[in-house]
Amino acid sequence: MSTTLLLIQLLNGLQLGVLLFLIAAGLTLVFGVMGFINLAHGVQYMIGAYLVVWFYGLTGHFMIALVLAMAVALALGLLLEAFVFSRLYDRDHLDQVLATFGVILFVNQGVKVLWGPTPLTIPAPEILAGTFQLTENLQYPVWRIAIIAIGAAVALLLWFLVTRTRLGMLVRAGASNAEMVGALGVNIRRLFMVVFGFGAMLAGFAGAIAAPIYSVEPGMGDDLLITAFVVIAIGGIGSIRGAFIAALLVGLVDTLGRSAVTDILKLFLEPSAANQIGPALASMAVYVLMAAVLFFRPAGLFPARGAA
Amino acid sequence: MRAALPALVVLALFAVVPWLAEVWGGSYLTSLAMRAMILAIAALSLDLLIGHGGMVSFGHAAFVAIGAYTAGIAITEGVTDLATILAIATAIAAAFALVTGAISLRTSGVSFIMITLAFGQMVFFTLGALNEYGADDGLTLWERAEVLARNDVLYFAILGTLAVVWLLIDRITGSRFGRVLRAARQNDVRVETLGYGVFGFRLTAYVLAGVIAALAGVLLANQAEFVSPAIASWQRSGDLIIIVVLGGMGSRSGAILGALAFVGLEEGLSTLTHDWRLIFGPLLIAIVLYAKGGLSSLFERRS
Amino acid sequence: MSAVLDVTNLRKSFGALAVTDGVSLDLHPGECHAIIGPNGAGKTTLIHQLSGTLSPDAGMIRFAGEDVTAMGADHRARRGLGRTFQITSIIPGFSVLENVALSVQAMSGSSYRFFGRAARERGLNERAMTALDLLGIADRAERPAADLSHGEKRALELAVAIAAEPKALLLDEPMAGMGRDESAALVETLKGLKPQHPLLLIEHDMDAVFALADRVSVLVYGQIVATGTPDEIRQNPQARAAYLGEEA
Repeated sequence: MSTTLLLIQLLNGLQLGVLLFLIAAGLTLVFGVMGFINLAHGVQYMIGAYLVVWFYGLTGHFMIALVLAMAVALALGLLLEAFVFSRLYDRDHLDQVLATFGVILFVNQGVKVLWGPTPLTIPAPEILAGTFQLTENLQYPVWRIAIIAIGAAVALLLWFLVTRTRLGMLVRAGASNAEMVGALGVNIRRLFMVVFGFGAMLAGFAGAIAAPIYSVEPGMGDDLLITAFVVIAIGGIGSIRGAFIAALLVGLVDTLGRSAVTDILKLFLEPSAANQIGPALASMAVYVLMAAVLFFRPAGLFPARGAA
Repeated sequence: MRAALPALVVLALFAVVPWLAEVWGGSYLTSLAMRAMILAIAALSLDLLIGHGGMVSFGHAAFVAIGAYTAGIAITEGVTDLATILAIATAIAAAFALVTGAISLRTSGVSFIMITLAFGQMVFFTLGALNEYGADDGLTLWERAEVLARNDVLYFAILGTLAVVWLLIDRITGSRFGRVLRAARQNDVRVETLGYGVFGFRLTAYVLAGVIAALAGVLLANQAEFVSPAIASWQRSGDLIIIVVLGGMGSRSGAILGALAFVGLEEGLSTLTHDWRLIFGPLLIAIVLYAKGGLSSLFERRS
Repeated sequence: MSAVLDVTNLRKSFGALAVTDGVSLDLHPGECHAIIGPNGAGKTTLIHQLSGTLSPDAGMIRFAGEDVTAMGADHRARRGLGRTFQITSIIPGFSVLENVALSVQAMSGSSYRFFGRAARERGLNERAMTALDLLGIADRAERPAADLSHGEKRALELAVAIAAEPKALLLDEPMAGMGRDESAALVETLKGLKPQHPLLLIEHDMDAVFALADRVSVLVYGQIVATGTPDEIRQNPQARAAYLGEEA
């Protein structure tokens, strides 16, 4: 693999990792604090993407569309929380899986009805639309670099919120011992709502900034959600730090794995066959990683529970 | 006996469908019935894990796919002997269940859900990489396994398999083995300290369920005459969980009632509207929120 | 007579906290050996290590002439080491009879049998009924275990343990939450069990301890500070200071 190609893969991996982190952050907090397994979290990502496309069509400005999309994604998330999810917190995981699966079916179909089944696209905002001269003969889209930067900034912000504020302290305490937080006289119900809304907004934000580089289509959040679950399982449920490290790890393994596996296959197979089989087999790499991590550390790399 | 009655009624209903189809529905009705029966077989095996064993596997569709692809690939390669196909499918499913089960069962709760999901995804992506056999697009079967060539034979083979699997699961859950499995779902520490190696019992159940699901897969390939990686997707694993819960976990008739209801709902709603998932999604949520115990409890409550 | 259970220098720490700090004790056939000590002395942790649900950091546990230190709880149980739990641990969805039959089943042949109806195995049910009879809850046999009263659940807990006909029985506060009369009745039952099933008893009810025990050991901060007959322990100043709450 040439250095240039490696560099591209590295950047692509980071960019995927950052998106995964934005989704996984909400997922792991909701999961850590409320013990709630939310399959429909990926739906928020999809909604964010569709909304930004829709508002862009209405306003013609990406940034305005982004802000509106986040606001509406937040509202929809809170609505779902109030009417469906809040009734599931004290249910077992099986019920949660099923009910949120129902939400996925509904929203995916709803999006199809509203915007049609064909993939939509949206250009990146003008000032960030160009490419960036990375090396002598390599240009890289500015928007992808921007995503990495935005993701890093959000991660920093989250880290600050979780480690340095009262709300963050409550969230951390809730992730390791929810009953104790209740005993402190905190309104758990409201804490849940805030955490949930914040997570939903982050996922919507991820969808919105991903819209210019991926095709916006029904079900686009589903596979990413499964990968986000892999991220939080590897990182340790309830841990923001774990989610960040695991997200980058998964992003890199997934992206670099594709070319690496193909290269390795070329040692045994015809190049054309290797090119075809490689990517599919590489998709397994992150799951192998997860199985390996869970085998040796069933609670993930940075378990929040019991760490006190 | 009362708990088994709904299942017996449904089985009897399936038995008369071919004659019913001559009056109304034709091959549409029989293929719908076959689909429901195949789903019921897979759901019965999953219920052994979820309902009786307390192991919420989110990757069970992978075993169905293993069976389906074994049949699909064997037939494509000219091996149409059913016994051979079944032997290969059983061996692969058992081996896969043994390895992945041994790893998955080190975890419990949510981690178990996640890790079984991960193994399911691995199968999904592996099947998508089979370029010789259609990759993502899937594989069309130009013939069936020899004995199943005739439509009526296929139909009654599926019905017979369902009946046998149903009886088998019923016997297993009532047996010494099943008693330990059911007890461990409720209190595994106590069961362990009574002298049972819980891991071994769970792993055995996992392998057994995997093999039965693969059996359903072999039938599915012959019935649909088409296999694709989508059979292994996590959404299909979700469908199987829905069927188990809809019918009533750990009950004698649940999986069969659930499969019938699932196929019935899917078909019924899709005749109403193309966007039937808009109804099915909320219905699923309502069932989870308000209908505990599933369909089978409707029949048991009166006793 | 050689000891049925022989523990040497057992150690277990959680982080910097030594919960079991060099415990040595033994249990002889026909005997009741009571372990007393204040809350947090490490009594339940000790039982967990003896039964195999928790593995010790160091030391050795010999049971019925065999080193069982590295064995899991299931293997120890099959060799005849029974236990009860401080917090009632039963199978709530099973009937009372099936709870006990499950225990009998563990000790009678393989449970990897897939076809015969376990509920119809007369051998299992008869031995289970015998245990229920002994504990006086035979009339509850067909009830779901979850429906029993607290006292009945404690009795079931014990019935489950003795139905396996253990060579030694670890009892973790069997009187917990019982009234005076219930406790007294249970003491009589345990007296009857002692000859066939030697008892290692953890209990806070001192009347019960002194009525039942042949030997008493005092456990304080993970260490045994005194062992002796009930009378010796009553007189032992260290034991009185540590546990009986009197000024030395």
